[in-house]
Amino acid sequence: MPDPILSVRDLKVDFRTEDGVVHAVAGVSYDLYPGEVLGIIGESGSGKSVSVMSVLGLIPNAIVSGQAVFKGRDLLAMSSNDLRKLRGGEAAMIFQDPMTSLNPVLKIGDQISEAVLTHNPDVSDDEARARTIALLELVGVPFAERRYDQYPHEFSGGMRQRAMIAMAIANSPSVLIADEPTTALDVTIQAQIVEVMKTAQRETHAATILITHDLGLIAELADRVVVMYAGSAVEVGDVYTIFDSPRHPYTVGLMNSLARLEGDQEWLQPIPGQPPSLINLPPGCPFHPRCTLSQGRARCRTEMPPLRQVGEGPPHLSACHFAEELAGETPYVNVGAPSSS
Amino acid sequence: MTEHRPVDDVRSEDRDEVALHGGTPGRPTVPLALSQEPEGPIGTPDLALAYESGVELKARSQWAYARMRFLRHRLAVVSLFVLILVGLVAIFAPQIAPYGYDEIPLGDINNPLALIESQNKGPTLNDWHLFGTDQLGRDYLSRVIYGVRTSLWVALFVAVLSTAVGALIGAVAGYFGGWVDNLLMRFTDLILTLPGLAVLLTASQFFGQGDPLKIGLILAFLFWTSIARIVRGLFLSLREKEFIEAAKASGATDSRIILRHMLPNAVGPIVVNATLVVAGAILVEAALSFLGFGIQPPDAALGKLISDGQSEGFRSWWLVTFPGLVIALIALAINFVGDGLRDALDPTQRRMRA
Repeated sequence: MPDPILSVRDLKVDFRTEDGVVHAVAGVSYDLYPGEVLGIIGESGSGKSVSVMSVLGLIPNAIVSGQAVFKGRDLLAMSSNDLRKLRGGEAAMIFQDPMTSLNPVLKIGDQISEAVLTHNPDVSDDEARARTIALLELVGVPFAERRYDQYPHEFSGGMRQRAMIAMAIANSPSVLIADEPTTALDVTIQAQIVEVMKTAQRETHAATILITHDLGLIAELADRVVVMYAGSAVEVGDVYTIFDSPRHPYTVGLMNSLARLEGDQEWLQPIPGQPPSLINLPPGCPFHPRCTLSQGRARCRTEMPPLRQVGEGPPHLSACHFAEELAGETPYVNVGAPSSS
Repeated sequence: MTEHRPVDDVRSEDRDEVALHGGTPGRPTVPLALSQEPEGPIGTPDLALAYESGVELKARSQWAYARMRFLRHRLAVVSLFVLILVGLVAIFAPQIAPYGYDEIPLGDINNPLALIESQNKGPTLNDWHLFGTDQLGRDYLSRVIYGVRTSLWVALFVAVLSTAVGALIGAVAGYFGGWVDNLLMRFTDLILTLPGLAVLLTASQFFGQGDPLKIGLILAFLFWTSIARIVRGLFLSLREKEFIEAAKASGATDSRIILRHMLPNAVGPIVVNATLVVAGAILVEAALSFLGFGIQPPDAALGKLISDGQSEGFRSWWLVTFPGLVIALIALAINFVGDGLRDALDPTQRRMRA
């Protein structure tokens, strides 16, 4: 395997609140390899966004510790000005809600060429405009020439997200972070945006971090997956391994809670209980109060399970004491009863 | 492991038919009830259909909407006309005024009676003294016209300067927050607690009276605080907006974010407040001149004219009435225009006025 382009080690992100210190991310490590799509999945508040955005200094008032080495430089030790130059240049972001992520009073085209000009001061305005129009065409905005001079409110949601993607890839980043890029869009548009994301990735060869709670999006786009729960990574592996043989009860629970088309399934199977408070994490495994595998075993309540390799196959890490017990259990089986035996 | 089979079968069938997002062969698929096939080829433009079918989609910028909303506000439009008229009169005062502002009709030196007769005359069509004459026999219409010129100049100067300073201070305080905010806002509070008139009188005494530029500076010193507070409030909410986060994520510098991304979003309230400052400055300048600390004779300013006129009492009613009416007219018109602008520039108000 090549060297990772971004290597995050023991990242901790805390927030001081009136109720106490919130441990939004409690020691997460992950690697991002050139050209791959790394999916980070988890429910709301699991720290999936924070664990990525804090690395780029985009979370105000966060207390960040750990290491994030990007091309040999530690982002967390970098001056804010150096980090700023990196943002939008070598590391770009696609935001969740295209309806609010574009400045309503600036023309779409100007917002994109601004991204170009910020990082290439010697590019002329005309060149930036030409590049912007090419970008808009690349992401499938029709009549790019004309739409350059339109304002965000004249764009539909899907078109705005295309513009956001164009803005993100404007400087051919080597790392592209997509924070729930399809969540705010309706399903037909989601599919189109997925295609645009693929195009964008093909064009830039950017290593992409895809933050989402949409398992479908992960299945479609990701090469490797990090599953997060309560501020920790609980399972890491390539996408086939994770989907075919998950080795953490939380991942299994996520898959089981999906609505599916095949089979007679009257009820969804939710994960019982609520995510824990990030101020007072339960002792031991943070997932144990909701875990169906734990069945009250003492080890789950007392000992925090480390992320460890399971099995002898490809790299597949799980933070469960009893990960091996899940072997053979596939996530789709125990729901309803798919037709034949 | 036998349980695997049926599931796998279902999934491989799905791969072609219901697979998510069009499915890529060989990708693991998760059947999702909510997902659908994309309609039409990728890149089918949402709005292109409208273009192609010949429906005219007129692109209207924020400003076009704002202009339309402003034009529906009848009182504001009328007031704008009044203001433009007043402004033109002020600019072209030397061409418009029938006499010089300090022109005393000396007439026949051997006939002092004629001189006295020319003083303190009420409004008359004789010699075009439409507003009458003052104690020295100067044409009052001309003096009012020049008064408007001085007062308006001072007021605009105050509005521009105080808006620029106030917006900058408010923007920096609101954007950076923390101790910067605290420092700047406590300073603003300090200025606000100063007894305005006392400061004005002392300062004008100190810096010298009569110079419109100095009076403008002193007034601007007191007027920037309201804009600073408004802009700070706007920036506090603007900086939490996602498009500001997006701008940060694209590597924009702080100054670029403030000037290019945030200020244009705050321009409505800033402009509205600037118009109110113009009205306020005219009134305060009038008060200052009235108290004798503003513009000095023989220069004319509206407040100064009133204070000179009031010594004559009701006998020469026109001396107080005309400049007073003009002040009221200008202040009122500016306020109406400000009202219209506020409605027009409020981006949440897409609906038209009935």
